[in-house]
Amino acid sequence: MSKFKKKKGGDMPAVNTASLPDIVFMLLFFFMVATVMRQNTLMIENNLPFADQVEKLDKKDLVMYIYAGKPSDNYKQYGTEAKIQLNDKFADVNEIAAFIAAERASKREELIPFLTTALKVDSDANMGLIGDIKQELRKVNALKINYTTKKGTVLGR
Amino acid sequence: MAKRAAPEVNAGSMADIAFLLLIFFLVTTTIETDSGINRKLPPMEESEEDVVIKQRNIFTVLLNGKDQLLVEDELMEVKDLRQAAIEFLDNGGDGSCDYCKGNKDKSSSDNPDKAIISLKNERETTYKTYIAVQNELVAAYNELRNIRAQGLYGKSFAEMQENYKDVNWPGNKERLKEKIDKIKLDYPQKLSEVQ
Repeated sequence: MSKFKKKKGGDMPAVNTASLPDIVFMLLFFFMVATVMRQNTLMIENNLPFADQVEKLDKKDLVMYIYAGKPSDNYKQYGTEAKIQLNDKFADVNEIAAFIAAERASKREELIPFLTTALKVDSDANMGLIGDIKQELRKVNALKINYTTKKGTVLGR
Repeated sequence: MAKRAAPEVNAGSMADIAFLLLIFFLVTTTIETDSGINRKLPPMEESEEDVVIKQRNIFTVLLNGKDQLLVEDELMEVKDLRQAAIEFLDNGGDGSCDYCKGNKDKSSSDNPDKAIISLKNERETTYKTYIAVQNELVAAYNELRNIRAQGLYGKSFAEMQENYKDVNWPGNKERLKEKIDKIKLDYPQKLSEVQ
């Protein structure tokens, strides 16, 4: 009857973890592909507001970014009021015209009418600042704007 | 000669290395948001022309510094704004709009073409509330356009626009563009902001 003898007290076989690296690499590649390195180092808080009627900005090279918000923790010496950030540094409202001109100069001439200005503004900023930005943009005839928002329900509804 | 099996390489630490890289990427990168509400600013015009607009064709939305909403001189919650805007736009008071489903109130807008939504905010209004209000107003237009498109072509306006942008869509793009333009003409987006 030794044929049916139960094997007793054997060691538990080790779990084969050979596919674990594959799974992790898969995740890694997903994150590498899906994320973009930031062009600008943000010096401000940038909690975008939520909206659900959004359109996608598809042509990345036709977008100029203007950031605004109150200075983040490392830059407290600049005060607590919301400020504008253009290209890695804080800027004044009257510097926007020069910024738009510089951005336009760096693009091909035939693309200039299609340029969009994306306003990435912190949700706690005041409309006064945004009104000023919009007024500046009107002066330099950069009329296409986009209020960048996260996709989600408004006001937590 | 006896065949000897090649010794197996210990790959146990490979997962650790991969995790290390993964966590590095998770921490250093942020998924960039690239969607939002598109708007067009009015051009700077030197010559101010006085355009006479009947008061009943203007839907005034006021946002004050305490983020309170005043719609047509009445306090309102943001959640009710969409319905109020739809009722105003779809009113069809003068009877020239045969697709309007509103209740043809004589004291509200004449037709969707004449109806204008005027949005005014104060300097102290927070951006979050402003975007919420903008969103609701755009939603009102989109909802009306969706209903109109559904009635005319059996497809929602959002779907038609998506098809138009899709490169792989098999249908006739020129015809689709005409249809989209027709619906945009039926419910033109007239949203003006007061400075």
